[in-house]
Amino acid sequence: MTALTRPIRRLLGRPVAVPEQGARVESSDVQPLPALDDRAIAVDIPESDPLLAYLQTAPGPVEVARLELDSPAVHAMREAGVALIVPLVSQGELIGTLNLGPRLSEQDYSTDDRRLLTTLAAQAAPAIRVAQLVREQAREAAERERLDQEMRVATLIQQQFLPRELPNLPQWQIAAYYGPARAVGGDFYDFIEMPGGRIGIAVGDVTDKGVPAALVMARTHSILRAEASRSDSPGEILARANALLVPEMPARMFVTCLFAILDPRTGRIVLANAGHNLPYIRTDSGVVELRATGMPLGLMADIQYEETEGIIAPGSNVLLYSDGLVEAHDRTEEMFGFPRLREAMTIDDAGSELLDRLLDDLHAFTGPDWEQEDDITLVTLRRASGVSEEADAVPNLTTAFSIPGEEGNERLAMDRVAAAVADLGISPARLERLKTAVSEATMNAIEYGSRGRAGVPVDVEVQATPEAVIVRITDRALSGSVPDDAETPDIDLKLAGAQKPRGWGLFLIKNMVDSMDVTTDGSTQTVTLTMARKEPTDG
Amino acid sequence: MDERRFGADITEVPDEVRMRLSGDLNARADETLAAAYQRVVELGSRRVSLDFTRVGYINSTGIALVVRLLAEARRDGRAVRAIGLNEHYREIFRITRLSDFMEIIEGDAA
Repeated sequence: MTALTRPIRRLLGRPVAVPEQGARVESSDVQPLPALDDRAIAVDIPESDPLLAYLQTAPGPVEVARLELDSPAVHAMREAGVALIVPLVSQGELIGTLNLGPRLSEQDYSTDDRRLLTTLAAQAAPAIRVAQLVREQAREAAERERLDQEMRVATLIQQQFLPRELPNLPQWQIAAYYGPARAVGGDFYDFIEMPGGRIGIAVGDVTDKGVPAALVMARTHSILRAEASRSDSPGEILARANALLVPEMPARMFVTCLFAILDPRTGRIVLANAGHNLPYIRTDSGVVELRATGMPLGLMADIQYEETEGIIAPGSNVLLYSDGLVEAHDRTEEMFGFPRLREAMTIDDAGSELLDRLLDDLHAFTGPDWEQEDDITLVTLRRASGVSEEADAVPNLTTAFSIPGEEGNERLAMDRVAAAVADLGISPARLERLKTAVSEATMNAIEYGSRGRAGVPVDVEVQATPEAVIVRITDRALSGSVPDDAETPDIDLKLAGAQKPRGWGLFLIKNMVDSMDVTTDGSTQTVTLTMARKEPTDG
Repeated sequence: MDERRFGADITEVPDEVRMRLSGDLNARADETLAAAYQRVVELGSRRVSLDFTRVGYINSTGIALVVRLLAEARRDGRAVRAIGLNEHYREIFRITRLSDFMEIIEGDAA
């Protein structure tokens, strides 16, 4: 009935070429009538009003004065001075009414008048209906064209910001899929190169669709890239992005986003989450969810984002994804859902094979005539399984963590490394030496790599092989490299005042562990400490 | 964290001044250690014993502070002994050759 009231309202609300107040047509009487003028009278008939049903079946013009309906519309007609309602019915459908005031001669409408009006209505109704349909179609076509145009613009914006190529990482298979819905949503994903060979991975979804969503997506994409160049803490990157997006976010829009940093060498992945779907990691022992929570971006200022970390072991893979897949519905309105996705993840497929299979599963679920409701984004990374004969030599990552690059935190690094290697059977004396070496190397990293700034972290990784413990301490090289052997400390010279009392750090490290290597790639420096797990036997 | 805060208590025992150190011997110990040695100078003893029994952590900056104290003591003609160092730090005093210039007393304080 909504469709019905709308045309009625339109018809009555504008000066249509339908004679109203027909009395004036046939009368030369010019006596003014205060309640009526030359304008069409718009009387809105609510769809619940009994007058509609009455007019639908009325055989001809209806005298308002004789109507005994409990109808607000009839009351409104009387108020407006309508004396006669001529229903306009086309193919059994009431498409409007002709509302006539009293005859100017103040006589009742005659039988001839009514017959004339009935004939007029019978001829006018189909013509008006055709005019209505033509207008509706023109309006719909214009709206379709506008939407198509908007979708073309949104798609263009979207595609500008999706990565043109995937990162090429040895030992990793990476695949990504982005499938826009017809009314392009605001999905995005990105790979960002970060210091130390690490890769930042962003997957996000802007609420809303079309150009507004695409613009917010573009802005979020740029902000994330900029912030990723300033920090390597996913939580900090999201917190800063949120702070920038809050003041400029359009009403009722926000962005869910997951930001992860992967170290391809170790499989360590650290992530923070702004209200996005949690990634799945498939391991030998099953599929696990990497859980981190946080508010979507752009909703509230001053949000902190917790970080969580995990290891993608050789042979495992991780999947990041947007709502479009899990919230797809089949014909019975059942949702694809998380359990199906989780189940699909249990099979070990690499890269694009996994994505193809997920999409096949989705299409099998939705059926052939499915219209995609929302954008679908899938990103997967699989770490190659170790070559079997070398498997023993592949070091197991025991722990990996970051500390703020602030003086005093070397003890934190030292204690965490000590805890990580506690079960490796290292003798207490050797453990003490390793602790001193870690502490000294971390102190250097804090002093030279971070310049003592808490916001510039130092990364520590501990690996164990059957023979040795390997500790890697990576700093951001803010002051370049630690001066190596600039001056071998000499106690005689120091006591004589010919050398400064300081400068024992590297000397101690070299004497504490079996080997110390320093590598640098311009933006980071890594000190690798190696210590045999067993005391080398004499001879 | 409090047991890590560096402290240096001075006590006079026959023939020497005993400096009981506690906490972490690192950069933050600088002023406390310097002030404690100043007190030793004021007391004028010919020998100072550094008691490390309650020191849990010494880093290279702490070693440098010991070197500075040792250099001053030697200029003043004052002998320095180290007491209560655990095995690990005795090794460090050995490889830095601090032990060539100060007597290292193993076990409990003499």
